[in-house]
Amino acid sequence: MQRITGGSFDPRLAFRKSVGTGFVGLFLLALCIGLAGLIILIIQVLIEGIPWLSWTLLSSYQSRFPEQAGLLAPVIGSLWLMALTAAFTVPVGVGAAVYLEEYAPKNRLTQIIEINISNLAGVPSIVYGLLGLAVFVQWMAMGRSLLAGGLTLSLLVLPIVILTSREAIRAVPQSYRQGAYALGSTQWEVTKKIVLPAAFPGILTGVILAMSRAVGEAAPILAITALVYVTFVPSNPLDRFTILPLQIFDWVGRPQEDFQALAAAGIIILLGLLLSMNALAIFLRNKYQKRSEE
Amino acid sequence: MRRGGIVAPLISFKELGKAHKAFIMKRTTAETGEPTISSKAETRAPTRVKDKRRRRRDLEGNAVRYLFFLCALVSIVTTVGIVVSLLSQAVGFFQEVPFWEFFFGTRWTPILKPNSYGVLPLVGGTLLVAGLALAVAIPVGLAIAIFLAEYAPDKMRRVIKPALEVLAGIPTVVYGYFALTWVSPQLQNIFPNMLIFNALSAGVVMGIMVIPMVSSLSEDAMLAVPRSLREGAYALGATKLEVSLKVVVPAALSGIVAAFILALSRAIGETMLVTIAAGATPNLTWNPTESIQAMTAYIVQLALGEAPHGSIEYQTIFAVAILLFALTLTANMVGHWFVRRWQEKY
Repeated sequence: MQRITGGSFDPRLAFRKSVGTGFVGLFLLALCIGLAGLIILIIQVLIEGIPWLSWTLLSSYQSRFPEQAGLLAPVIGSLWLMALTAAFTVPVGVGAAVYLEEYAPKNRLTQIIEINISNLAGVPSIVYGLLGLAVFVQWMAMGRSLLAGGLTLSLLVLPIVILTSREAIRAVPQSYRQGAYALGSTQWEVTKKIVLPAAFPGILTGVILAMSRAVGEAAPILAITALVYVTFVPSNPLDRFTILPLQIFDWVGRPQEDFQALAAAGIIILLGLLLSMNALAIFLRNKYQKRSEE
Repeated sequence: MRRGGIVAPLISFKELGKAHKAFIMKRTTAETGEPTISSKAETRAPTRVKDKRRRRRDLEGNAVRYLFFLCALVSIVTTVGIVVSLLSQAVGFFQEVPFWEFFFGTRWTPILKPNSYGVLPLVGGTLLVAGLALAVAIPVGLAIAIFLAEYAPDKMRRVIKPALEVLAGIPTVVYGYFALTWVSPQLQNIFPNMLIFNALSAGVVMGIMVIPMVSSLSEDAMLAVPRSLREGAYALGATKLEVSLKVVVPAALSGIVAAFILALSRAIGETMLVTIAAGATPNLTWNPTESIQAMTAYIVQLALGEAPHGSIEYQTIFAVAILLFALTLTANMVGHWFVRRWQEKY
């Protein structure tokens, strides 16, 4: 054992402290690398894409000539797809979340369902695409339609909606439920009138985040539709369609530089859509949070 | 996500209900035992009406319970659907091509003659890109996590965390565009002989893409380490860095390793980025400046080509997809297992 003499509790303290400072520098550097990736990406997209942003881009169909090419079909396709996906995902996802939080007995089956959901969240999106291709497009004979795409995407984002909804439901204080039970409510009444309204802002935020994930997904829809030259706006769920990320993918892959710049313009629109969805989520969350506190 | 069961309510509602029912029964029998008090009899009549309504409400409640249960079952059906749909298509493939050739063959030319169905070049391509991604994301992501969990003041965290979330929310097509049109030309300045499609730029950009995943999961793990451990180390005279690296990181190691594994799984399954930027030449190589083809990119290539349904080309997609599914599922399960098995309980 070393004897500790007065005044030199640790003679290397100065050195150790300077190592500490050095590492803080390294941590900051790492942070800069991460954020620099984001900033360069955005700058690159803006520089390339802004000159191509125009009304033509939003109002015309695809074309062989970059000056005449537009995103009308993909933008409408993306909106359609988002609506269909939300229509399938919200009831099923919230229902599953309510079951797991409020109803599920603690047994083997519940455990399997929970593990299964967290594993599904990690399945690559292209695999969902192949599932949709085999089940919806071919087996159920929906064709390469919006309906098949919406069902596929809703399976893809279902784990997200379930996980976020469960968290929102879990955050509702037990005392709310106990108060309602004390007044003689049944479990369903407690769920319907107390738990779901209280959890609504959280569920809504989760749904919007899941939809913004769905809007950006290209791979599963690629497997469902293949690349198509769509020169019409889909009018019902059985129509063929294309979506923004797919059109961007198509343009990025072309050798002409003009098309790559068009892709950048498409990316600006896609990111704008995502940004406004996220802003909406934040706005709604703040609004409802305030109301529930009143 | 990593939580095992459901938070148990303070009192189980089933028990509460039972106790309530027993109480009611006792009360009514006690009341019928005393028929002389007429005013009590009057209050019984509305109770019976209420019971009828109660029965309807219970019936409704039961119906809803089954409906919710069906919703929860959708996830099981999805998993079964994935396995069955992939397997049923791949069976035809494995009738033509022996397992041995598929898993250990080193040439992948399913479309060109002479056909050869060795999947190793695709697996190698995927692992090469994923390895590069982890080489970027692990040091950077972990450093950011340590900084956010241990060093950053609250104000700074409130700016950095949303920025990282933005990074995580950007669609992968956009990363593909970035890798192909910016990163790859920049890297060509360093490696002049490199093709525009290469594993390196895809790997680096994928690394940037999974940084938020590594950093946020690792940070969560570090924040779960109790203050008392840190304070104990400070009391022994450790510096802040020593506390971070020698106390907090080891204590959070299970969560950190899980973050790495989940990031690996994400990198293996990533599709658009590798399709756009890494190339379409199945190539078993360790050289990241070469053009390769990842498993996911092959699936996309064939899906685009509209290979005739039922042909062996079409079936190869499903064979590759099964392998992909198995790889990512294994990685995910190992990741979750790591958290459960090695998590320190404080």
